[in-house]
Amino acid sequence: MVAKEIRPNANGIGKLTPGADSAGEGMPGSSRSDAGVRRRELLITTAMTFVFSATSARALVVKGSLPWATNAGTPPTTVHPGPWVYFTPEEGAAIEALVDRLIPPDPQTPGGKDAGCAVFIDRQLAGSYGSAEGLYMHGPFADGTPQQGDQSPLTPAARYRQALAALDKYCRATYSAKSFVQLSDDEKDKVIVGLEKGQVQLEGTSGRTFFEYLLQNTREGFFADPVYGGNRDMVGWKMIGFPGARYDYRDWVERHNERYPLPPVGIAGRPE
Amino acid sequence: MTRKLPATDVVIVGLGWTGSILALELTGAGLNVVAIERGPWRDTATDFPPAYAQDELRYRIRHDLFLRPEQLTMTFRNNADQTALPIRSWGSFMPPNGVGGGGVHWNAETWRFLPSDFELRTHLVGRYGEKFLPEDMTIQDWGITYDDLEPHYDKFEYLCGTSGKAGNIKGRIQAGGNPFEGARSREYPTPPQKQPYGPTLFAQAAREMGYKPFPQPSGNLSQAYTNPLGVTIGPCTYCGFCEWFGCGNYSKASPQTTILPALIRRPNFEARTQCEVSKINLDKSGKRATGVTYVDTSGNEWEQPADLVLLCAFQLFNVHLLLHSGIGKPYDPRAGEGVIGRNYSYQVTSSVDAFFDDKIFNPFIASGSIGMCIDEFNGDNFDHGPHGFVGGGYMGAVQTNGRPIQTARTPQATPRWGAEWKKAVAKSYLSSYEAVTHGGCYSYRDVYLDLDPTYTDRFGRKLMRLTFDFHENELKMSTYLTDRLAEVVQKMGPRQLDKHPRRGHYDVTVYQTTHTCGGAIMGVEPKTSALNRYLQSWDVPNLFVMGATAFPQNPGYNPTDTVGALAYWAADAIVNHYLKSPGPLVQI
Ligand SMILES: Cc1cc2nc3c(=O)[nH]c(=O)nc-3n(C[C@H](O)[C@H](O)[C@H](O)COP(=O)(O)OP(=O)(O)OC[C@H]3O[C@@H](n4cnc5c(N)ncnc54)[C@H](O)[C@@H]3O)c2cc1C
Ligand code: SF4
Repeated sequence: MVAKEIRPNANGIGKLTPGADSAGEGMPGSSRSDAGVRRRELLITTAMTFVFSATSARALVVKGSLPWATNAGTPPTTVHPGPWVYFTPEEGAAIEALVDRLIPPDPQTPGGKDAGCAVFIDRQLAGSYGSAEGLYMHGPFADGTPQQGDQSPLTPAARYRQALAALDKYCRATYSAKSFVQLSDDEKDKVIVGLEKGQVQLEGTSGRTFFEYLLQNTREGFFADPVYGGNRDMVGWKMIGFPGARYDYRDWVERHNERYPLPPVGIAGRPE
Repeated sequence: MTRKLPATDVVIVGLGWTGSILALELTGAGLNVVAIERGPWRDTATDFPPAYAQDELRYRIRHDLFLRPEQLTMTFRNNADQTALPIRSWGSFMPPNGVGGGGVHWNAETWRFLPSDFELRTHLVGRYGEKFLPEDMTIQDWGITYDDLEPHYDKFEYLCGTSGKAGNIKGRIQAGGNPFEGARSREYPTPPQKQPYGPTLFAQAAREMGYKPFPQPSGNLSQAYTNPLGVTIGPCTYCGFCEWFGCGNYSKASPQTTILPALIRRPNFEARTQCEVSKINLDKSGKRATGVTYVDTSGNEWEQPADLVLLCAFQLFNVHLLLHSGIGKPYDPRAGEGVIGRNYSYQVTSSVDAFFDDKIFNPFIASGSIGMCIDEFNGDNFDHGPHGFVGGGYMGAVQTNGRPIQTARTPQATPRWGAEWKKAVAKSYLSSYEAVTHGGCYSYRDVYLDLDPTYTDRFGRKLMRLTFDFHENELKMSTYLTDRLAEVVQKMGPRQLDKHPRRGHYDVTVYQTTHTCGGAIMGVEPKTSALNRYLQSWDVPNLFVMGATAFPQNPGYNPTDTVGALAYWAADAIVNHYLKSPGPLVQI
């Protein structure tokens, strides 16, 4: 049997000692041994070449007991309403108009705009989603079949920027110099149908692909946890009867064909 | 520069389900075991506590717990005439990353395969004749039988505490269980989970039609359970954030909730996380593995020598590492020769959506595995003679979730946006139901894995290339299964019923399951298999390869009960035979 030199610390996480006397070299120690240091902070403060998980820091050796540190979790950061973070004011206004046609208001439930879908998309584009973080973005880039998936070198953020500019151009050319926001509801719907069906051609970018992104992101904004800026006051969840982040239904599994009585809650609790 | 570490007895590549089982069994035999895991350590309190585990956007839509394609992906094409392109964002399947592997975020649907599944070619040829099978279908026998594996199935289920109802104990059919299953030695460790409304109605309809519905075997436990290692799993709360998510309640069987707390205490076990194995090293003869090379988060490269190498990196990465390490002959589809990359297979699922006016299903009261199923149309449980295809799958009402971004359902022909869409979603959410078929996928000559000529990973290594499309046999099967399922669902009394059989080309963007199989299959001879019946490499006897990599084709069930059983079976062979006299366990 082979003996390895391991120096466990209080948390049972050792440093691998590669040679006989080169302690500290090579594999770094564990973030989890640094009580109170949150792993997300570590991500930001240490410049590392190979980090690929939002909830992780660095290579570590685990031995003797489970590696656990207090406050090492990564709860989501709450999005607050306020000025656009990614969009320009014009882009923001166009997105608000778009999401409000995709999910129009009705007497019972607000539309996409008042539900916060545009704020949600803005914050998503400003963050890791917008920059395609973690995706394989290396070339060569070639057009494939639909079955091969999106092959564009554009990040979602760049795609929105390009598509919104092209959409503005299209609307101004087609509807006597009006922007999308200035169109009537019927005209707006006509433009959206055109994008969906590939009949409205946007300059330099695929209108159809943009539509698919927009529809998906709008639905996300309508139904994701309110902590991300959409689904304001849980309007999306209330509309359908989804109780949200509740986590225990043991007493209700066998209550067949009965409406669940409690209102929804989010990760950050309940507004009322 | 690669730095060489002191040798160990055993090095395990990947600390997911199979890596944990092998580490447990081999440390138990007194060996020093080092497990090297590409992803981070994961535990309930840190990574998916009940405070924010129920975040659909983060875990389901943005893939928080999964491998980042930027770190490693693969390329894909439907057939050899196309140019394969990289999978830039995961879709059809979700590769794991991190301690616990797929065990962290699986549904935990815990099925055994049918006895005939293990002797598939022999069985089908015996019943229907050679000519009944499509010419290019390359299905094979496994080289083991259900009876070989039964004690190991039992062991894995008792490790997990699986909740279910036996249908066949020692040859006696049990009321309320699956009458088609192979004989088991005893009842499930815990009783079935409770059933919500939809599965209950489905079972009633199925019974009226003469079928024998039974609860799906579940690793989301119906009650607290302490396993033989002394680790306790809690009762499932039907939270509805199960598959793709980690469980905040310690109620889903996973390496974290069944093995790791016991394993980590053993002084002869050590795990290294965030370290990606890039290669299995061979000596000059090419017939002996000397250990592995891996890269840590700082980009440092290390060599870990070992007497025994266990590849437990999940099906896809097992094959990728074999191809990169030059172990075994790569498969050549033109000649039909070679074994690494051969007999890749997958899954063919389908669904039926039903819309009701008078029912409330509460789809959010769900677990990864609750549901009522029937098995009349799986494997060779029915006569395929009149139908012109082979294979099948289980089907049923499996209530996994009501997460609205993913599941807001509308009747066919509803617009995808606008006022009508909104009205339809609001009306259908509580009162519609989706039933599913879980069909198998057999293997074919032109379906395989090899290395891509163009695209590379961060180390500059070639990505693996997947060439796969559905074949007529499977599409026929899917249509047939979906029709049978629809008949049962129709009896539940919906206003509208939409059938969605699998059609057209395989699409790598559409999620089905993460049950990728094959590529280094087990079998009886090295010409047509990469591994012998003990999952030992024919070419390099001190290398064993775990996981669904070994499946010659995929039956109509989920893989992990069999993956776990095979891991125990291989561990038993290593401890009781290999260690006594290291070398090939099967002579040819
Ligand atoms: C969403 C989802 C739902 C599922 N549901 C079910 C279900 O209901 N029923 C069922 O039977 N199965 C299900 N599965 C499949 C199940 O998760 C797998 O069958 C099982 O985990 C396979 O075990 P494994 O040990 O082969 O691989 P894993 O458990 O995945 O472990 C492999 C480990 O190896 C690591 N690794 C890979 N490459 C390297 C490398 N180069 N260096 C170091 N480490 C590496 C990975 O990071 C991973 O941790 C599901 C899977 C997913 C993703
Ligand atoms: S459904 Fe049950 S087992 Fe699954 S995550 Fe929720 S509580 Fe855990």
